[in-house]
Amino acid sequence: MQKQTKNTSRREAILKVFQGAGILSLGGLVWGAYLNKAKASKLVLRPPAALKEDDFLKACIKCGACVQACPYETLRLAQPQEEIPVGTPFFNPRLVPCHMCVDVPCVPVCPTNALDIQKLIPIGELNTPKNMDVNQMDVGVAVIDEKSCIAYWGIQCDACYRACPLINEAISLEFERNERTGKHAFLKPIINPDTCTGCGKCEHACVTEKAAIFVLPREVAEGKAGNFYIKGWEKNDEDRLKTDKSESTIKGRTNDEDYLNDWEDLIDD
Amino acid sequence: MTNVIIKNRFLILRRISQLGILFLFVGANLFAWNVLVGDLSTAHVFDAFYLTDPHAILQMLFAGFIVGTDALIGGLIILLFYALFAGRAFCSWVCPMNMVTDSALWLRKKWRLNEIQFNTPIKRNIRYWVLILGLILSLISGVAAFEFVSPVSMLHRGIIFGMGFGWAAIAVIFLFDLLVLKNGWCGHVCPIGAFYSFTGKFHWIKVQHTVENCTDCLDCIKACPEPQVLRIIGKESGAISNSECTNCGRCIEVCNDHALKFIKKEKIQEEK
Repeated sequence: MQKQTKNTSRREAILKVFQGAGILSLGGLVWGAYLNKAKASKLVLRPPAALKEDDFLKACIKCGACVQACPYETLRLAQPQEEIPVGTPFFNPRLVPCHMCVDVPCVPVCPTNALDIQKLIPIGELNTPKNMDVNQMDVGVAVIDEKSCIAYWGIQCDACYRACPLINEAISLEFERNERTGKHAFLKPIINPDTCTGCGKCEHACVTEKAAIFVLPREVAEGKAGNFYIKGWEKNDEDRLKTDKSESTIKGRTNDEDYLNDWEDLIDD
Repeated sequence: MTNVIIKNRFLILRRISQLGILFLFVGANLFAWNVLVGDLSTAHVFDAFYLTDPHAILQMLFAGFIVGTDALIGGLIILLFYALFAGRAFCSWVCPMNMVTDSALWLRKKWRLNEIQFNTPIKRNIRYWVLILGLILSLISGVAAFEFVSPVSMLHRGIIFGMGFGWAAIAVIFLFDLLVLKNGWCGHVCPIGAFYSFTGKFHWIKVQHTVENCTDCLDCIKACPEPQVLRIIGKESGAISNSECTNCGRCIEVCNDHALKFIKKEKIQEEK
């Protein structure tokens, strides 16, 4: 009798351990899946001087100090219904762009350095809030959809060009003869991604129904050439050839001639 | 009237504390006051220093981020305040979710739902597992896991910066506490309470029980949101040493026999 109760209690204990493990892993699965999904939203414009998105999500404690420091109500904290990690600061330039305050009040108030002063300090200057240069900010980069930009149609519009705080640096106008009429010019806005800060004033100013010029985070907007291509006309770039050890051909096959003989790989089912 | 105030003196003080803190935060947002700027995750105090949620800091460390010194010091101040002084008082004196769950409890008692409730399989120590799971997930996913889903943060942040659909999360907590489990969120699930229970083992302010005055009416146990901490009631004199006690003072208010009172640590030692 006693042996039996002992046995039952051991069975119970083991069962409890597995029940706990089961509940825990179920919870962890759902919770973890949600975290991965929430982290995956990349189309977010963060405040100036924000760390890279992955590091920013680690670092932001969601206190809203930057939001309260922003004098134009540009910055907002994400609410649960928005597809942005809840509580993190962001802005939508179509509604309110970043006005690029000279003193950048949103950055030094950050308690965790998720907004890092260092990112706005020009090279060689001391790392103090006084030395911040707002033109160094890099929220994202403006992109033009030439098909919906009416300036590319030939209609005169330079709203984005006039709105740009770095006029002629971040957006310039390219004049081109309009062959259709034979007597007019296209005034095409051209973005220089190296100087564009991503403030979004162009997106805010754009006259089309849905902005034809808009700001995207740099990692979304930009491609990457990789290091296979050398700019032969640049001395420094050509020197890479001498030091680079990466292989140009991917070797996988035992015999290179089989590339032509191996039909089965070439034909799709 | 005065009797009602005296019978609810800690409840009134707690509501003043909870609402006052929120009031200062909201005022900072609306009128640019500088007493408490931010929210309960991090507050900038008088533009001089920061106070930070140590549980959030811990998650961020697990996520692999070296927190800035401002926030780190702020977190230490809060951690030491509760660990050495106030115990788990955050839950009953600061956290705004306490008002939500307390109203659910009040309605639960009014509708007498406790009388028809069956035993639930959920144990109070599940909150420690939620705490641990949150830290593990922070480690794996590289973000502060609980901060990404915390209804507590949604509530205080929502009140200060705009609620959005956050009210849905709050409603879920309210209904869970009202219909599913008594003291469900604060007493069983929330890892913030678990965190402060874990760190607050040696706090000063405790509730002291004098068994000679006790009439075994058990009103204190009925009123207590964490009744497991009141094991010594009617058995022996001493301080409530279980750090799951939130120092809400509800037991002291309902006691008609002067058998319970708040006490400082030095006094506990003297009386021993």
